[in-house]
Amino acid sequence: MAASDLHHAEQRGGDVMLLAAGLFVGVLSAVFTAARTADPLMSAHAMMFLAAFVAGAFALAQYVSTPREAGPYDFGVVRAGVIASVFWGLAGFLVGVIIAAQLAFPNLFYFPDLPWSSFGRLRPLHTSAVVFAFGGNVLIATSFYVVQRTCRARLFGGVAPWFVFWGYNLFIVIAATGYLMGVTQSKEYAEPEWYADLWLTIVWVVYLVVFLGTVLKRKEPHIYVANWFYLAFIVTIAMLHIVNNLAIPVSIVGSKSYSLFAGVQDALTQWWYGHNAVGFFLTAGFLAIMYYFIPKRAERPVYSYRLSIVHFWSLIFIYIWAGPHHLHYTALPEWAQTLGMTFSIMLWMPSWGGMINGLMTLSGAWDKLRTDPVLRMMVVSVAFYGMSTFEGPLMSVRAVNSLSHYTDWTIGHVHSGALGWVGYVSFGALYCLTQWLWNRKRLYSNALVEWHFWISTIGIVLYIAAMWVSGVMQGLMWRAYDQFGFLESSFVETVAAMHPYYVIRMCGGLLFLTGALIMTYNLWRTARGDVREKERAQGGALAPAPAE
Amino acid sequence: MARNDKRGPATDDTTGHEWDGIREFNNPLPRWWVLTFYATVVWAIVYWVFMPAWPGLTGYTKGLRNHSERANVAADIARLEAARGASIKRLAAVTRVEEVENDPDLLQFTLAAGASIFGDNCATCHGSGGQGFPGYPNLNDDSWLWGGSFADIKQTIRYGIRSGHEKAHVSVMQAFGRDGLLPPETISDLVAHVIRLSGGEADAAAAARAAPVFQQQCAACHGPAGKGDPLQGAPDLTDAIWLYGGDRKSIHTTLTNGRAGVMPAWEGRLTQDQITALAVYVHDLGGGQ
Repeated sequence: MAASDLHHAEQRGGDVMLLAAGLFVGVLSAVFTAARTADPLMSAHAMMFLAAFVAGAFALAQYVSTPREAGPYDFGVVRAGVIASVFWGLAGFLVGVIIAAQLAFPNLFYFPDLPWSSFGRLRPLHTSAVVFAFGGNVLIATSFYVVQRTCRARLFGGVAPWFVFWGYNLFIVIAATGYLMGVTQSKEYAEPEWYADLWLTIVWVVYLVVFLGTVLKRKEPHIYVANWFYLAFIVTIAMLHIVNNLAIPVSIVGSKSYSLFAGVQDALTQWWYGHNAVGFFLTAGFLAIMYYFIPKRAERPVYSYRLSIVHFWSLIFIYIWAGPHHLHYTALPEWAQTLGMTFSIMLWMPSWGGMINGLMTLSGAWDKLRTDPVLRMMVVSVAFYGMSTFEGPLMSVRAVNSLSHYTDWTIGHVHSGALGWVGYVSFGALYCLTQWLWNRKRLYSNALVEWHFWISTIGIVLYIAAMWVSGVMQGLMWRAYDQFGFLESSFVETVAAMHPYYVIRMCGGLLFLTGALIMTYNLWRTARGDVREKERAQGGALAPAPAE
Repeated sequence: MARNDKRGPATDDTTGHEWDGIREFNNPLPRWWVLTFYATVVWAIVYWVFMPAWPGLTGYTKGLRNHSERANVAADIARLEAARGASIKRLAAVTRVEEVENDPDLLQFTLAAGASIFGDNCATCHGSGGQGFPGYPNLNDDSWLWGGSFADIKQTIRYGIRSGHEKAHVSVMQAFGRDGLLPPETISDLVAHVIRLSGGEADAAAAARAAPVFQQQCAACHGPAGKGDPLQGAPDLTDAIWLYGGDRKSIHTTLTNGRAGVMPAWEGRLTQDQITALAVYVHDLGGGQ
């Protein structure tokens, strides 16, 4: 511990100097851009960058003049990450409910005088807010926690983890405000324009350095499996992000850029990116969370080390091929479609390896599912993971895809993964982290976790069931011909037929949001150190030992 | 629970590593998992042998089945065209709507075709039942701006209204107020006059004051009695059917700013057979003349 402190003190000067220099360069380029640009959108973003860099300089001065957090670990940035995760989660779920309402009642929630409120702008706001803002903050926060605990090493890089946290959240703000103002490069899940992409690249490389640096100075002989998954996530996302966003700006002080790729090459690059954002952001990253939080919470050893190695490497090798299944029956050459489909099928078992390891870790502790709603949430999350990773390969089969493609079935599939798997494992981790990081013996209320769990689960079931029905119906209506060889339904008739399912979906989303609000209240009270009056008598038997 | 602990593997089965209290068993890979994984790999290899799969320097492996989705789509389209074939050919030769209406089989075919084309091209503005919306005429009634005969309807569909096509219908409803052609009080009087033309309640004195103005300014297109003229696309003002609304405010807006709705020309977007089928369909919606 003393050695770690020494090491940290030594590098402290360097990291602060580097960040100060970076902020200086940042301020200069923001001022230059704001002064020279003729593009009001770019001007707005340059001002935001400028404000952020100036605020960063003040924060840095504050950081230097305050004594560093005591103890062997750097948990301040993890606490900030927990708060940011909850905030962005609520924002993302809320926007999701809003756009679900827009789809269910298009006449009611249509405001032509407010362009930022149109579905086309709010939809990327929703997807980015839940995937990158909520999911990303959960991943960064948990990775900073897990890598320290499992390496028995303080985070590498001094102030760098804070730079990663604030830099990443600045990217989120730039992306989100850009969507609302109409800045987009029209690549799904990669909508932010070139300057936001460059900024994220800087942040992400620092993230990699912090993570890798911490792993390298570990005091454990071996690297824990969760850290393999985090590392795969960080490295692969860097690669995907850079390649898919290769673009040439129209002007160095303008927001618009054009992709380096065109036509079907662009489509394939986009879906190579898009599918592996699912694979490495939403799967590998959250498997890392599972590999730490489930055994920790269940207080049971991981089921199989061997399985974790085999499914890790098979997942990594196979996932990267699966992108073309998003482009079945398109201009993409058929051989590429075949490869995408067959590798998706082969991906089934590697994905399920994680599910088996997650579920079987509970063997010998199944009774805890009854008493610990947080653990139950994470286990149900793994079950949703298993379901979506079976559904995915199924939908990648060309014949199935001819029915499912472009329909709501895809939306349902994504949400069983997003709400069920990513959402629940994140909620589980947030419940654990709040309790551990604020040094509480127990949560404010386990009963509220029960409410969260059941309300959200009903919400998810409503959501995905509605989307299955509506998706299959849509697919069948689109392909139905009458006896004369004409399409049975016009497109608008298929849209009208979706109405009841869109209402159900909206209700499902509303329930999920309600659950998250309950969680927020519970976490807030937990962080304050409260225990619900009725549950005080039951004691903290459920809680694992606090982290320190 | 003790019962479960006995059943679970003993703690010394772990790998011996420990991270933050987490240990790992080293259970073998579940057999069904390995076998299923192998099965998917074998299936993929077999699939590659039969289907187009791997790229090379100059092409790709075509596979034993010589499968081609492009060929399948072409075959599907050919099959559909064959199914429509004979009737479509007969439709191409139709010049009078009676030729279709007197042939029940052809009529059924044509209405199916028309409904399908209408749904994806016309319903956006005219409504899925052709019921219309403010500014977009109802196609079910017998009030026609540019004539309701089969030939008229076909003409309108082909070239549109103010579509920019050289054969498009064009008419002008003047912006009497905006362009200062009439003073505001005269426009108010005219509104009353127009309302009374279709039997509505309005100030009789005002309407009477506007009568000579109507004859002077409006009768050239709408006719002395306001009955309209399909040759000029001038609506009948006496039938209480309103394209832009028949209330005071709407009529006032119409007189002040004029109206110039656009219907696109469909020639070039739809084939002649499709336009014929559509014309029959619209003609038979109820109001065809």
